[in-house]
Amino acid sequence: MAKRTFSIGGVHPADSKISRGCKLEYLPIPPTVYIALSQHIGAPAKPVVTVGDKVKVGQVLAEPGGFMSAYIHSSVSGTVKSIGPRKDLSGNNQMVVEIAVEGDEWMENIDRGDTLVTDIPDDPKAIIEKIKLGGVVGLGGATFPTHVKLSPPPGKVCEMLIINGCECEPYLTSDFRTLLEKGEQVVIGTAIIKKALGVAKATIAIEDNKLEAIEHIQKVVNEFKSKGPEYSGIEVLSLMKKYPEGGEKQLIDAVMHRQVKSGGLPIDVGAVVDNVCTALAVYEAVQKNKPLIDNSVTVTGECFPKQANLIVRVGTPLNYVIDYLGGVPEAAAKVISGGPMMGKSIANLEAATMKGTGGLLFLTREQTKRMPESNCIRCGKCAEACPMGLEPFLLNRLAKAGDTDALEANAVQDCIMCGCCLYSCPAGIPLLDIISQARGQVMGIMRARTAAAKAAAEAAKAAAEAAKPKSE
Amino acid sequence: MDKILVSPNPHIHSATTTKVLMRDVVIALLPAVIVSVVFYGWKELLVLAVSVLSCLAIEYLITRYCMKKASTIGDWSAAVTGVLLALNLPPTTPWWVVFLGALVAIGVAKMTFGGLGQNIFNPALVGRVFLLISFPTYMTHWEIPQGLFGVDAISGATPLGAIKEGLMQGASVPDLMASHGYTYSQMLFANIGGSAGEACAIAILVGFIYLVARKVIKPWITLSILGTVAAVSCIFWLANPAQFTDPLFNLLTGGLLLGSCFMATDYVTSPMSIKGGIIFGIGIGFITLMIRYFGSYPEGVSFAILIMNSTVPLLNNWFHQKKYGRA
Repeated sequence: MAKRTFSIGGVHPADSKISRGCKLEYLPIPPTVYIALSQHIGAPAKPVVTVGDKVKVGQVLAEPGGFMSAYIHSSVSGTVKSIGPRKDLSGNNQMVVEIAVEGDEWMENIDRGDTLVTDIPDDPKAIIEKIKLGGVVGLGGATFPTHVKLSPPPGKVCEMLIINGCECEPYLTSDFRTLLEKGEQVVIGTAIIKKALGVAKATIAIEDNKLEAIEHIQKVVNEFKSKGPEYSGIEVLSLMKKYPEGGEKQLIDAVMHRQVKSGGLPIDVGAVVDNVCTALAVYEAVQKNKPLIDNSVTVTGECFPKQANLIVRVGTPLNYVIDYLGGVPEAAAKVISGGPMMGKSIANLEAATMKGTGGLLFLTREQTKRMPESNCIRCGKCAEACPMGLEPFLLNRLAKAGDTDALEANAVQDCIMCGCCLYSCPAGIPLLDIISQARGQVMGIMRARTAAAKAAAEAAKAAAEAAKPKSE
Repeated sequence: MDKILVSPNPHIHSATTTKVLMRDVVIALLPAVIVSVVFYGWKELLVLAVSVLSCLAIEYLITRYCMKKASTIGDWSAAVTGVLLALNLPPTTPWWVVFLGALVAIGVAKMTFGGLGQNIFNPALVGRVFLLISFPTYMTHWEIPQGLFGVDAISGATPLGAIKEGLMQGASVPDLMASHGYTYSQMLFANIGGSAGEACAIAILVGFIYLVARKVIKPWITLSILGTVAAVSCIFWLANPAQFTDPLFNLLTGGLLLGSCFMATDYVTSPMSIKGGIIFGIGIGFITLMIRYFGSYPEGVSFAILIMNSTVPLLNNWFHQKKYGRA
């Protein structure tokens, strides 16, 4: 039988998961942490502490700054030294809370024991509130506030919860290690999210290059079936390894054989997708009162002497992580936050980790070399690779011609920036570089058009209102 | 580490480059090249050498001195054209005719459009058709292969040419097949007069399978050409076996395999979508047969491919691949 996978496009870069054997390990607490106020999609959080305050681990530092926002907690105990701008990994200024670490004193209500808590609260609302108070955001990369995702708008019904354990990016292994070492917590987290959504079915999807994880999770799921009705209806699904399987849209296609319409959300097709690490964070927030104050980070690369999967306190300077493992290797030319396909190259190693930091990858100049660009040979490999079914060669040409109408008609706005086109182009054409610029431009035009239409509709409505008394 | 590199994603690249793809095509052509040299001897070796070296030299000179940029011969595409052109010519072609073919193929059909990727028509075929029209004597002087050490060359017509001529004189197909002694095993393994590359069907199929296995090409275009030729000639043949040749004969002769495996599948001059490719292939198969059956040339593959080359921009406009989430 052919293995399940998503139906359009995809590429097969070498796995390179050289850190897969490295057990999760707690990184020592750094002397100073820098906790950003904007670690999620949406409005930055509003600080509730002031300089000089003594804080404990798990204490709220900032409250949500809007509907789409999240709580930020202190990941250490100590004194707030400053609240102000600091350069992030791209070199842009970001508001951060600087805390000088003193000891490791936790909030009293946090359960730091290892005992598994399998009894799940009954009230979905209470669960979602706890997730919100725990500052849980999506840890698969997008850092979407989880409590928002678990509160579907009225009229939308979730039919299936998908727990994303694909980890389709080469090199990264933190999800894999989490599945292996914290599988029970992930399964309980899955059951909690399932309960919160009121959905009968959940699928934990794992790529078949992680057979140990598939077996382990299957074993845990079978064991937990007897623990309560919340634990039934959880399935483990093995998927064929193919990048970008862990992309939300691709995963829904692979698991449910449904496709999210352009501009739509997963919930439109009855799906909610959460990462395995998010499920773990949900477990800790709901069952242990432990907010999201640390996360797992793979530190890897062939040129890096010591591979590791570390559990790192949020706000730890990248330098500190790297120095702990022996410093930046001489041969490294590029340091990437995340995987090699979608990760961001780091310009500032003094920046600190955030909730969504999943990996630090070191590549040599040779490994990350871009080929000199030559003529497009019209081989169609980019179109074959595009998981959204777009035609990058065409979008590239249209972008160079500045034809935004044609770009929109050819769905440039559907691009998910996965990098498959540039990865596969034999002529070394920087397809994604050009397409992502065009995409931004077209999305701007689309937003402006929607705003203008909305304004026009409101003006018409106001005019009609104004005309009403006269006609009476 | 003295400097830190910063660039947008992705940070890694597949190892498949234009050069690798083109080199794979040359490798896939090797069985046909080796067989042709074994069958036709040093004369074929000369044709191959002149063709490949001329193509490389012409592209080098044009890129360096006319276009004033870095030479592109390192991408192996000129070599592909050179080998294909040579395999499309009779082994007896004089060296200067081969050179003129290469000049037209690279100089006119490829470089005037801007080089690799920009041309509308398959360069090797343009070269071949130019020679066919300009030097019909050389281009239709076929030789029955005598092997590497053969001395006495025997001139003869190609099977398609012989049948066409015979039909015009009123003979029937089965009689002609019998009188010329054409057998299918001969066509499959060796040597029926024709272009050097047509000598052995198996050699071409081996190369085709290599290209498909290496994922250099998709098989759809080739299969749709061969399928169309088989189906359409089957209809004609069943209707009138005395007048029309049978499907197997049509598949194995007249460079159909060489054309459908190596020339119609040229990235640059074939449609990008699978659907477009299938229609492109059907067109080639149909036009080929119409020329063979009703045209004045005995063979039609080259013309059919060139005619369908011109429809590629249209086919690319009409057929797009299925987009995610857009029914």
